[in-house]
Amino acid sequence: MRTVVEVTQRVLETPSTVTLRFPYAPASEPGQFVMVWFPGDDELPMSLSYTDGVSKGITVKGMGVTSRNVQRIQAGNQIGIRGPYGNRFDLSPRRVLVVGGGSGSAVLAPAAELAAARGTRLTVALGATQASELLFRDRFERMGARVEVATDDGSEGTKGYVTTVAEQLLSTEPFDAVWTCGPEVMMQKVAIAAGTPGVPVFCSVERHMKCALGMCDACALGPVHVCVDGPVFPAERLLPLPEFARSHRDPSGRRVTFGAR
Amino acid sequence: MADLAVRVGPFGLRNPFLLASGIWGESGESLAGAWAAGAGGVITKSIGREPRLGYPNPTIETYSDWGLLNAMGLPNPGIVEYPREVAIARAAGAAVIGSVFAGDAGEFARLSALMAETGVLAIELNLSCPHAEGFGTEVGSDPADVEEIVRAVVREVKVPVIAKITPNSPDPASLAAAAEKGGAAAVSAINTLRALAIDVRLRRPVLAHGLGGLSGPAIKPVGLACVWQIYERVSVPVIGVGGISTADDALEYLMAGARAVEVGTAVTHGGVGVFGRLAADLSARLDELGYASVSDVVGIAHPREE
Repeated sequence: MRTVVEVTQRVLETPSTVTLRFPYAPASEPGQFVMVWFPGDDELPMSLSYTDGVSKGITVKGMGVTSRNVQRIQAGNQIGIRGPYGNRFDLSPRRVLVVGGGSGSAVLAPAAELAAARGTRLTVALGATQASELLFRDRFERMGARVEVATDDGSEGTKGYVTTVAEQLLSTEPFDAVWTCGPEVMMQKVAIAAGTPGVPVFCSVERHMKCALGMCDACALGPVHVCVDGPVFPAERLLPLPEFARSHRDPSGRRVTFGAR
Repeated sequence: MADLAVRVGPFGLRNPFLLASGIWGESGESLAGAWAAGAGGVITKSIGREPRLGYPNPTIETYSDWGLLNAMGLPNPGIVEYPREVAIARAAGAAVIGSVFAGDAGEFARLSALMAETGVLAIELNLSCPHAEGFGTEVGSDPADVEEIVRAVVREVKVPVIAKITPNSPDPASLAAAAEKGGAAAVSAINTLRALAIDVRLRRPVLAHGLGGLSGPAIKPVGLACVWQIYERVSVPVIGVGGISTADDALEYLMAGARAVEVGTAVTHGGVGVFGRLAADLSARLDELGYASVSDVVGIAHPREE
């Protein structure tokens, strides 16, 4: 069943990213997602960017047509929510490297927040196209995390990919775990870099979803279903899969190479 | 240990529990996963001529534990790309049944021929999806159409042909009889029941397509009645579908006349591990009731001539 709720707050996080807050009581954990129904448009899987208490939140980057429509949602608009679904990040590691690319921080921030409150030492590597697109940078800093930045255009921090920053950190500092979310090629690189020091990596993966109940097969990724087996996976489970970082499935189930149109 | 192997007319299965079409069948790895979990066979998504995206979301409405409403809209990668998925499942050793949907007899025959080339064990004709314009129930509700479609496919392929019958018709048994007359090796019943959900706050149907199909425990009594009537009407084997989530659900279908059953919605509630559990439970239950094999119970609930 869906619960129709009223959006209570809309926050422009970056020029291309919007957070919607809404009251939704069911308990949720960082890493989990909800299916969000925008009546008259679509229903999409979205990681919760605020998981604590009744006031939940989702944070959406305007990539596709629907996510651009989502960004037009205003406080007072009605949306439908079902869930939460999926698994969660294990918050027990004491020294965590968080690697977020683009809107990946949406799911990483609540995990980091709860972990920080429990005394976890956080280092955050954030990547974006440009400085203004660095998502939740202030939020990570407020938790007491050390934040290192990479931007494609060099407008702040290291010019280039966040993976360079992550590789540097992994080769010089000890971590008990890496949490990452972003483009799969990025997560793949991070996982490979963490392999040398032997730090376990947990990736939050995105796939097209329909049922979110482990039935329709839309989110099949090799032998796993992202909606019920994930969305958080240990990297060693993903790295051997031929589809990981290479292809996903469109709504018809056809295999589509990442980046292909 | 009761013998779970069954024969459905011309083909055999290691146990009577088939993965129903539409569940997990878009990717070969998923079909292989259901086989590895213990399914007696796996039925593919219904495949059409062209790739089809299906309806926009919402495609699902959930209820506590008695049912599930869906209008997926027959999403599938199309018959040109789908053979690779069958190949993956077959490489894992799975017994694969290929489901196809089409708008008329000629297209059914052409698609079935292509599906047969993938090496499937049998073909199931989707004559019963309740919510796709121009397909499913719309071409499977008239006995004459059903007979024509089945006949055209049977003429085209060597593998056994199964006709999946709609419950959204006044007389499903006559549709099954028509399929038998057309040369079907077996019939399966039922598909989902046409159904609707409305969000009262938003004053609109929940599913993007409006109408959908109801599955799950709520429809078991309806499926049982259809299988019962079909069993009395035809002599080809019947495959029972609708709301099966326990060994006793399956036993009801078997006793009503089914030789095998399809399991779909139960995968949502119990995960794919449901297949191993169903097989183990059915074996134990048959032992307890004093039957040596599944075939010993097929149809035994029907009135006996004393």
